[in-house]
Amino acid sequence: MKFRANLYIGGAFFATSVIVAVLAPLIATHDPVFDANLMNAEIPPGWEYPFGTDAQGRDIYSRVVHGARISLTVGLVAQCINSIIGVSLGLTAGYWGGWWDDVVSGLTNLMLAIPSLIFALAIMAILGPGLVSLLIALGLTSWSYSCRLARAQVLSLKSQGYIQAAKILGYSDLRIMFTQLLPNILGPLIVIATLGAGGSILAEAALSFLGLGIRPPYPSWGSMLSDAREQITTAPWLSIFPGLAIFITVLGLNLLGDGLRDILDPQSRERTS
Amino acid sequence: MSAPLLDVENLSIALSQGGKSYKAVEDVSFSIAPGETLGLVGESGCGKSITALAVMGLLRRPLGLGGGRITLDGSDIHNLPPAKLRQLRGKRIAMIFQEPMTALNPLSTVGRQIAEMFVLHTGASWSEATDRAVDALRQVQVPSPERRVKDFPHQLSGGMRQRVMIAIALACSPDLLIADEPTTALDVTVQAEIVDLMQELCAAKGTAILMISHDLGLVANMCRRVAVMYAGRIVEQQAAAEIFERPQHPYTIGLIASLPRLGARVVHGRQRLQEISGVVPAITAFPAGCRFRPRCQRATDICQSNDPSPTPLPESGLVRCHHHG
Amino acid sequence: MADADKTPLLGIDDLAVHYPIGGGFSGPKRVLKAVDGVTLTVAPGECLGLVGESGCGKSTLAMAIMGLVTPTHGRIRIADQEINATKKADHMHLAQMVQMVFQDPYASLNPRQTVRRTLADPLRLHGIGNRTEVEHRVADIMAKVGLRPEQADRYPHEFSGGQRQRIGIARALILRPRLVLCDEPVSALDVSIRAQIINLLLELKDDLGLSYIMISHDLGVVEHVSDRVAVMYLGRIVERGDWREIFEDPRHPYTRALIAAIPDAFRRRAVAGQKARGEIPSALAPPPGCHFHTRCPLVADQCRSDSPPLEPVNPGHLAACHFRDRAA
Repeated sequence: MKFRANLYIGGAFFATSVIVAVLAPLIATHDPVFDANLMNAEIPPGWEYPFGTDAQGRDIYSRVVHGARISLTVGLVAQCINSIIGVSLGLTAGYWGGWWDDVVSGLTNLMLAIPSLIFALAIMAILGPGLVSLLIALGLTSWSYSCRLARAQVLSLKSQGYIQAAKILGYSDLRIMFTQLLPNILGPLIVIATLGAGGSILAEAALSFLGLGIRPPYPSWGSMLSDAREQITTAPWLSIFPGLAIFITVLGLNLLGDGLRDILDPQSRERTS
Repeated sequence: MSAPLLDVENLSIALSQGGKSYKAVEDVSFSIAPGETLGLVGESGCGKSITALAVMGLLRRPLGLGGGRITLDGSDIHNLPPAKLRQLRGKRIAMIFQEPMTALNPLSTVGRQIAEMFVLHTGASWSEATDRAVDALRQVQVPSPERRVKDFPHQLSGGMRQRVMIAIALACSPDLLIADEPTTALDVTVQAEIVDLMQELCAAKGTAILMISHDLGLVANMCRRVAVMYAGRIVEQQAAAEIFERPQHPYTIGLIASLPRLGARVVHGRQRLQEISGVVPAITAFPAGCRFRPRCQRATDICQSNDPSPTPLPESGLVRCHHHG
Repeated sequence: MADADKTPLLGIDDLAVHYPIGGGFSGPKRVLKAVDGVTLTVAPGECLGLVGESGCGKSTLAMAIMGLVTPTHGRIRIADQEINATKKADHMHLAQMVQMVFQDPYASLNPRQTVRRTLADPLRLHGIGNRTEVEHRVADIMAKVGLRPEQADRYPHEFSGGQRQRIGIARALILRPRLVLCDEPVSALDVSIRAQIINLLLELKDDLGLSYIMISHDLGVVEHVSDRVAVMYLGRIVERGDWREIFEDPRHPYTRALIAAIPDAFRRRAVAGQKARGEIPSALAPPPGCHFHTRCPLVADQCRSDSPPLEPVNPGHLAACHFRDRAA
């Protein structure tokens, strides 16, 4: 049995972020928003403040830990929205074909041609800043990948005997799509979803960095990076720790995605009896 | 009896999987005289295709030669260095495969692929070679060969592509043609034509044929002698005329009795086909003793403890069975 | 034996399935006449063998009968249901009348479903029986196809090719259809287990009073199982009749060519006709007149321009050849 490095390491990294996010109030040492004392501004990492403090005197460690909640929520929820939209469109486009497929494919091509970040920016500009707008913007702009993938998988599986058998047994189209096709295309979709979640976290960081994401004083890794822009040389710890958090989480998701792909694919190749 | 062209003695082929070594093919021996056709029959997984690859020196990991000798015209070829093997292939031994679409280069015209043979093996110039390619196409009965020479493989039908493969294989008049299921992917009427073509051309050039197939009827009709393989062993070898009339091994007997044969129902009425119970064993799980034992109606204790060794039959036939006949 | 003694279970009238190809940017507009005027019947309890090579349209015909493809002209009548160009198949209704056994046992089962689910779901879908009855029917059909009860909770990849085909047959029979279309049911199986499946299909036919359409390129199989046989070439039926007449006294040169192409010891010399010459033409550009004339050993001028109709040679035996009255 091969040591599945991707799965375990990726899983460990990602699980760490999740646990941190869940236990945030318990493991934070200070209040991330209100425990601000200008007298404590920009203290380097030390015993009392393991990651140091920021320009407002807030404990960076506590802010990183609380920030995990926001970043992970964004990553996972936005990806859920992406997947639901993408898979539904891709599944139906691939299965029904015809004009619906033309519409969806055209739309997908359009979405892929527009830089998603800019599109998200535009939506944020209309909706205004905040968590909900962020989720909507990210959810609506990156569904094309899962759509393409779902459609391609459906096209290749559509002509398999069991799909035709289901039709002649009287299964309705929707039933076939969701009970026969979907379980069989789940593997690659899950992998894309983990990669996409990582991408959404990075997008949130970028948007917050640009000032359009999470507004201060609430901590998100991206807004923390944004705040620390000017002090990169004088107080590097302001950027290092949120950056490291993003790095570990996204890397974990990517490795997890790789690992999942490995275990989900060879399943059908076993033969026991 | 003249010296054999190809002599395979106690050939074994090993398969490495999961750290262990399995004998995919064990103790296989057969010989082909110059200009003779020998059929090698068996189901998927019996080892017939890898035996052919072994003769061509094309075994790659995880497969490897596990023992035995292969000689061509008296000289050993199983231990030749790759460069010498390459000289042999195409010039003295040629091979055609089941799926011509994957065996032909999709990016090169068929004319060029045939011409290549002449350039490589006879040192002809490209223009000479192209002329000879047109000739070769004519020999394999491709209509309008001067035009066809410029076609790409995907522009031809399955039967045509197979003819091109035959043209490439026979271009340099090799001594031996190995055909691995060349007609399986073709329509029935086209199959018949290809088989006729192979026989005609090879007879004209004096090329021997090793015909590999799962179709016992096809092989018995085309070849002078037939060898039946099961689970990596040759279980029976006889003259083609004999194998249908007097099969000796329970597997061969079972196979013949289990297949509905055209014309049988008129003569005998619809008879229940005789089944061979069980399934073909996997290479990693060959039964102890006789490999056919779990499915054999005649099995007794000796079949489990003793792997049967070949019993000679008249006319250099053989059978591996404790209860043959 | 008259063709229409009993009310046919399946009646196909002048069925055509045409696919438009190309047009616009991809080249000139052409029509692929996959099925080009087919008329057939299948009586209750009968097995109709359908023979033909690539491009003959037997797969498209099968699709049309199953309601998976819409006819361009003509109609298909199965019991009280009709499918035509304007009336699509109602699968919920048809499912209990006609089912199919597929060629590839490795692709015809959902790899993520247990055998039990594959067999029980259709019953639940059609609201047949309560929980116990469903279980009972599943167990019953599994036994009939030779599967053991403990195999119900296994997944397809745990079975061999032959066993998977048995599951496929069980699935086709779970709704108790009257007509089963078998599309090359044994060609993808190892030679030594084909007999098991053929015998099984024949037993089930007698046991359950089924009708079959047996599609196969293997003439030996077709001769063994069929009551009547229809031979197709490039979308048309070129000959049909009783199995004995087709194999003993074939009247169409293509049928004779098919038989002549089989290398086999039992073949009787009298029927060993001439083999067909050349390649099968593309279904996109079938030859004018009689489609077979480019390969026919009997070809005459008439054949190049006049397409011969399918007409009787003997009662129940029809052939589409100008020389149909010439015995082999």
